[in-house]
Amino acid sequence: MIVARTGNEAMAEAMRQINPDVVAAYPITPATEVVQLFSKFVNDGLVDTQFVPVESEHSACSACVGASAAGARVMTSTASQGLALMHEILFIAAGLRLPIVICLVNRSLSSPINIHCDHSDTLASRDAGWLQIYTENAQEAYDTTIQLVKIAEEILLPGIVSTDAFIISHGMERVELIDDKEIPKFLGERKLNYSLLDTENPITLGPLDLQDYFFEHKRSQIDAMNKVLPVIEKVQKEFGDKFGRHYSTVDEYKVDDAEVAILVMGSTGGTAKVAVERLREKGKKVGLIRTRVYRPFPKDAMTKALSKVKVVGVMDRSDTLSTLGGHLYNDVRSILYKAEKQPLMKNYVYGLGGRDISIEEIEDIYDELLNIQKSGKVAKDIVYFGVRGE
Amino acid sequence: MAKLKELAAQKEKFVGGHRGCAGCGAAIIARQVLMAAENPVVVGAATGCLEVFSTIYPYSAWNVPYIHNAFENVAATMSGVEAAYKALKAKGKITKDLRFIAFGGDGGTYDIGIQSLSGMIERRHRVLYVCYNNEAYMNTGIQRSSATPRGAHTTTSPAGKVIPGKLQPRKNLTEIIIAHEPAYAAQATFGYWNDLITKVRKALAADGPSFINIYAPCRLGWAYAPEKTVKVSKMSVETCIWPLYEYEKGEYRITVKPKEKKPIDEFLNMQGRFGHLFKWKDDLPIREFQEEVDFIWKRLLKRSGTS
Repeated sequence: MIVARTGNEAMAEAMRQINPDVVAAYPITPATEVVQLFSKFVNDGLVDTQFVPVESEHSACSACVGASAAGARVMTSTASQGLALMHEILFIAAGLRLPIVICLVNRSLSSPINIHCDHSDTLASRDAGWLQIYTENAQEAYDTTIQLVKIAEEILLPGIVSTDAFIISHGMERVELIDDKEIPKFLGERKLNYSLLDTENPITLGPLDLQDYFFEHKRSQIDAMNKVLPVIEKVQKEFGDKFGRHYSTVDEYKVDDAEVAILVMGSTGGTAKVAVERLREKGKKVGLIRTRVYRPFPKDAMTKALSKVKVVGVMDRSDTLSTLGGHLYNDVRSILYKAEKQPLMKNYVYGLGGRDISIEEIEDIYDELLNIQKSGKVAKDIVYFGVRGE
Repeated sequence: MAKLKELAAQKEKFVGGHRGCAGCGAAIIARQVLMAAENPVVVGAATGCLEVFSTIYPYSAWNVPYIHNAFENVAATMSGVEAAYKALKAKGKITKDLRFIAFGGDGGTYDIGIQSLSGMIERRHRVLYVCYNNEAYMNTGIQRSSATPRGAHTTTSPAGKVIPGKLQPRKNLTEIIIAHEPAYAAQATFGYWNDLITKVRKALAADGPSFINIYAPCRLGWAYAPEKTVKVSKMSVETCIWPLYEYEKGEYRITVKPKEKKPIDEFLNMQGRFGHLFKWKDDLPIREFQEEVDFIWKRLLKRSGTS
């Protein structure tokens, strides 16, 4: 069915079709709508979910941990400060290997307070042990929400699927919805090895784990993260084969014959595609790499994509506040350390607090990258793009 | 009325061999509360002494399903467990009639966990929240909490040369919870085990959120000999330092009324944490504490219609 939906509506529709056992959530701009729409589904009897309208995001994540440990399929939604308030419990959910899924809207973190898009919220939680998938549009947000439930339950790790604040969350788009009855078939039931509700076989979950065992348990969690990429690829393929929309961990657009490329996450991918089209018409060999999956980092696919070009502009909608530029830039520089082909690289930190990025600005970036290719020199490694006084 | 023989014949749900101190009040509470439960239970614990000494991997003292999440969120965690139970029961995936119990110390309940607890009760989750109240952060080494009584020495309210321990009175958490109109609320202590067991059974039978604030003498933090734990527990009731009462549907009831209300000195002088008060330049700290205890006791008599 083809419908017009905002990113938030698309995610809420996916949640309705997934019909989770428990949703515990707290409102926060710009993700509020997801919870709001979902609670209407609950009260209209369209889902069987126990909705827990908690008193904070900290409790939202905590209730999700309890419900997931009890064997329920569990989802929530949040953004920005909400994710920051969950921070402590994010690590616990991952350490307990609970496949909770968060439908998140990327919004900058205070201070200054701002409600618009950047990726500082999820990137501040990148080391929490959650899978992170950034989407480009409402369709992808909808599709990925469904995929992520399956991925998380198979590998027993929690995951975040995100959209860009307002740009996607509130932008109305054409979305193709899958038939309601197909989703339970695609997902199946959550399989349980243990449950907190099995009183015949009591388990102790979350014990004190000291010097003699902690490291082995942490190592097994790291190992799960090491094994998750093939699972993501498998589920993406199953989804594509069944519903006709194919996804990859790293999305390449006209990279094969490109001289230069930019690397992005989120909605800027859509804007950059138009810039690529325009420049291609002028005969400029430019391409676009967009990483959908950020955690775990798709090292091989990324190395492969980057090795095709001579210059790459890494566009980060975040800064690490460490003098080292954006998050993506640092990850990419790290994986290229041992690569045979190392493209020249420049980091463009852009769009903080929702500062708009236009097609023309991206074209300018491409032109600069083409100049770098000619000169073979990067004058300045890290620039703050689109900010006054730069 | 619970029968001791029957209770003693039960299979232990909270077993010995854990690493609680000799004479630990919290351990007695965990055992008595689970003993009282007639349905199968699922337990959650906040970070704290009980959690630490009962679950050092690979050992566990819990013969019932148990979850520990973090310090301030056992009420939210158990809200989630109870919500999952309702969802899975409605789908026929669970058939048993389960009960849910959250344990938190006073730090995890009065202070850092009060928001989470307030939310759990307001949302009417059918969970019994047990606060094992030893009146300070014992797990981190005896720091003052909002449950610490005035005059008590803790490591962050030390008995000094100019300030005699904690200056502020205890927060009355039981009354804060009662203001939420839970299905059942009570104060108990294990020295009156039958009263405690009866209250746990009432709380678990109540169709809604319930709360029991259980006084948990701590031999280490309160500084008394381990074998005196039960005596200290009983003296807290006899001096009305810890009145035993319950609240249900708008009605207060005093469940154990001391035959003769003893002066608080008899409770205070059993414990090292109040030792400095008896050497203080005047009797003001003890007098103020006595006035506070009398005020609360009188109000309770009035509210319960007892004379």
